[in-house]
Amino acid sequence: MLGHLLRRVGASALTLVLVAVLVFLAVDVLPGDPARLVVGLEASPEEYQAARERLGLDDPWPTRFGRWVGGVLTGDWGESLRYGRPARELVLGALALTAPLAALALALALVVALPLGLLAARRVGGWMDLATVGFAQLGTALPEFWLGVLLVGLFAVGLRWLPAGGFPGWAAAAPWRYLLLPAVALALPRGAYLARLVRGTVADVLREDYIRAAMAKGVAGWRVLGIHALRNALIPVVTGAGLTLVRLLAGAMVVENVFGLPGLGRLAVVAAGERDLPLLFSIAVVVGALVVLVNLAVDVLYALLDPRIRHP
Amino acid sequence: MRRHVGLTLGLICLLLALLPVVVGSIWLPHDPNALGGEPYAPPSLRHPMGTDWFGRDLLARVMVGGRASLGVAVLAVVAGGLVGTGLGTLAGSLGGVVDEALMRLADALLAFPALLVALLLRAVWGPGLPGVALALALFNVPFFARLSRAGFVALRSRDFVLAARASGAGEGWIVRHHILPHLASPLLVQATVALGAALLAEAALSYLGLGLQPPDPAWGRMLREAQAAFELSPWPAVFPGAVLALAVLGLNLIGDGLRDLLDPSFRRLTRPRPL
Repeated sequence: MLGHLLRRVGASALTLVLVAVLVFLAVDVLPGDPARLVVGLEASPEEYQAARERLGLDDPWPTRFGRWVGGVLTGDWGESLRYGRPARELVLGALALTAPLAALALALALVVALPLGLLAARRVGGWMDLATVGFAQLGTALPEFWLGVLLVGLFAVGLRWLPAGGFPGWAAAAPWRYLLLPAVALALPRGAYLARLVRGTVADVLREDYIRAAMAKGVAGWRVLGIHALRNALIPVVTGAGLTLVRLLAGAMVVENVFGLPGLGRLAVVAAGERDLPLLFSIAVVVGALVVLVNLAVDVLYALLDPRIRHP
Repeated sequence: MRRHVGLTLGLICLLLALLPVVVGSIWLPHDPNALGGEPYAPPSLRHPMGTDWFGRDLLARVMVGGRASLGVAVLAVVAGGLVGTGLGTLAGSLGGVVDEALMRLADALLAFPALLVALLLRAVWGPGLPGVALALALFNVPFFARLSRAGFVALRSRDFVLAARASGAGEGWIVRHHILPHLASPLLVQATVALGAALLAEAALSYLGLGLQPPDPAWGRMLREAQAAFELSPWPAVFPGAVLALAVLGLNLIGDGLRDLLDPSFRRLTRPRPL
């Protein structure tokens, strides 16, 4: 168990370093001159040279790479060119909105997916199963941002039940009202995917002999489904939920732009538009690290849930 | 016969979604960029999908708008699939340090959503289609690499590979004649599903203002323009998204249908068996 976890942590640490290397390479290898981006085309040669020195572009690459990784590790992520504030402050502030949004969407998706998947698996080929499979196919084909546009049109512009966008801050009255529509737009496609996953794994488990044994000895149907089957189907579902969280993070970054929410995605789009490279790199490193950490958490949960991995 | 329902349905959906794009490359009902019509006209015989804020015909814009989206998605999946399969083959057949290094690299690539890569490229290159295409291709590489490597690991110790090796076949010959033919169907399934995902991602990026620039229409950006004026007319927000969703639905159904058709181990799930 410990050896397995240590190996996973080691692999994740290596992946994190590679994430930092890839972002570094993006600056170094891609055609395009960061100093030129910063000062603009009309700058004098002196201004341009000053920017090159300020960004440290004339140093040899090992020096630059060491400075970049050192800065990432010590929390000095550079200063945003557009906002003139430390990039770390901006990124962490935006993450404080994106992370709860993704978590809310995951919770909604699971609330839809678990009962639907279980009911569908109970009678494969039945009407409930067909409805779930249909919902799953339709749901996974819908673009989140289009759902967002339609939800705003219906519930904010049309019915005026909920705000169309923006975020007043966590201290304001009922901040969840601003997160509900974006979370639904995100949760529907992911919930559809998870419902299908739950259905598939539970249907597989229900074919096992121990389920037949439980039924034969007279365990109630709901108990077989909710306890015997679900527990054993949980392992692929946890992996699926982890993948979903990663997808939700990326999806949230798009949907935030539909609703004008000041999260990571909004910040990234502004940073790209303004060519604010230090800010954009900080966002890339944070998102990359989050994805690696979520995957590690899934591995750990996996080991905890499956005794075969715990005691190999 | 019942088994092919999904596949047939998928083909119908995809053909329905592709029809306007294919017809649009031969014939257009109106000039998609022509101004001066009635703004926000509802669907009618003259404008089957209505018009947008500038009075431009929506049907013509949907027909033309899919071209770039489809082109970029196909390009990204083909390029990313070829590179990924190549890297996976390399990792699977060489093994050892090369394998470990390539798979860690794939993990690191997987950690970046296509959106971030596209935004990075937009910051460095400026807005345009090449950045979007490269971001989506890169995004596809690790999936194909992992799939083909996993196939390698599974097939390497099978009897027919061992027999070929024992009779003196070289590594390259085994890859070409024994491994890749077995990987063809999972790769085809992955490519179909990846094409749907690439279409969705391209539309999201275009919604965010990356990719094709105005006045040329693209499905994603049409939805952004429509959002601002939803109160005046909901139609511009409905049609481009519906055609896009239909195409993705078709591709997903075809992917599932192909998987059932090509991989018998998935079939038992479709056989009903009451609890």
